[in-house]
Amino acid sequence: MTERYALFLGCIAPLRYPGIEKATREVFKALDVELVDLEGAGCCPAPGVIRSFDQTTWLALAARNLALAEKKGLDIITICNGCFGSLFDAAHLLHEDKQKVKEVNKILKEVGLEYVGDKIKVRHFADVLHKDIGIERIKSKVVNPLNFKAAVHYGCHFAKPSKIKQLDDPERPSILDELVEAVGPKSINYRDKMMCCGAGGGLRTRANEIAMKMTEEKLANVKKAGGQFIVDVCPFCHLQYDRTQKDVPGYNIPVIHLSQLYGLAFGLPRENMGFESHHVPVNL
Amino acid sequence: MILAGDEMATVKEPNPAFAESIIKAGGKTLNLCYQCGTCTASCPSGRQTAFRTRKLIRKAQLGLKEDILPSDDLWMCTTCYTCVERCPRQVDITDIIMILRNFAVKEGYMAETHKKTASSMMNTGHTIPLTNDYKEMRKRLGLSEQPPTVLGDPKALEDWKKIMQITGFDKLIGGK
Ligand code: SF4
Ligand code: SF4
Repeated sequence: MTERYALFLGCIAPLRYPGIEKATREVFKALDVELVDLEGAGCCPAPGVIRSFDQTTWLALAARNLALAEKKGLDIITICNGCFGSLFDAAHLLHEDKQKVKEVNKILKEVGLEYVGDKIKVRHFADVLHKDIGIERIKSKVVNPLNFKAAVHYGCHFAKPSKIKQLDDPERPSILDELVEAVGPKSINYRDKMMCCGAGGGLRTRANEIAMKMTEEKLANVKKAGGQFIVDVCPFCHLQYDRTQKDVPGYNIPVIHLSQLYGLAFGLPRENMGFESHHVPVNL
Repeated sequence: MILAGDEMATVKEPNPAFAESIIKAGGKTLNLCYQCGTCTASCPSGRQTAFRTRKLIRKAQLGLKEDILPSDDLWMCTTCYTCVERCPRQVDITDIIMILRNFAVKEGYMAETHKKTASSMMNTGHTIPLTNDYKEMRKRLGLSEQPPTVLGDPKALEDWKKIMQITGFDKLIGGK
């Protein structure tokens, strides 16, 4: 059986950490899952900024992205919590409010598109790995089991708001810990594990000195608990953790996206993981 | 720093019409808040700043438009949803904050850095530019030089921008 999904790239993975894009493509190929490019898609658009500026624009652009996937008849797979949150919330809002579907379609008609609704799902790649592919199939691909203490960072928009996401327990989730431990590392407990990295909601763009204080709080907790790596499922959290360590002295904790971790564990070429764009060197 | 006590002592005129407009824009749960403060206690941003979630919700209930819209506090929320998960009254706090931000932007309150992000998103399809370094890196990784998105697809980009002409986003971020 080959599963197929429409790959939604977003902004930060393809433009700042292209290794995440590459690793994702390679890892899913290794798992016999087909990822189809969603040509012409744009920014999700970013929930913390664009949705905060103008909800109507946010919804119309998100609906355009969703309509492109509908045309392909494929569920969307996202590699970023922000994209997941944005597209999932938009699809949910449009599911709840048919008047909004009409309004959005009035706009989309001008660009030759229509959003039907409820035809395709918006999925997070970690959820796809956990639910559709399953831990056993993942384990069967591991040729290079990794052995380190991982500080898993869920990020905010993976399981929250849980009322609509219904993926995992928002306060004590386990999906990512299980996915990380499936390929070797030990997922450690650390204080405020579920806390935000600080980047979201436009804070990094508007007041990065405050965002970085939150990041530093998390880094200190990870360090104290003996975390050797941070494993994330969102390029924006990834960027925030990686780049904050440039400006805040005293930390040297490499940051890896789950797709990159899987790439290494599956024995894919190390140079395909794109670690060259990381600020903190990844010595794995 | 302004002390909470000072503000409590100031008498401010409530503006029910503004509160109503928040509710109309999607903040149906606004009046369910009974001021328990769980949101403030849960807020990672409140640990670092003077932003107090409970207080913002109270101001919203009272419709204190002039207090809310120009304030920096409104932009301290990272949209982490922790408060929403824990609120005993299931107030859609994060959604309400985003509604208030929409109102603030309409009134012309928008940070220059945010305008930059918005215009990059509008003009290129992405919130950040694709620079030559990253183009090279993409090629080295065996990826297409430009990702298969709006970037490098003139027709898609034209559609993309057209949507924002229709919604008026181009004018909105131009500022007043
Ligand atoms: S947690 Fe909910 S009810 Fe309590 S103060 Fe905050 S918004 Fe109001
Ligand atoms: S969603 Fe915003 S207000 Fe609520 S806890 Fe997170 S940062 Fe604070």
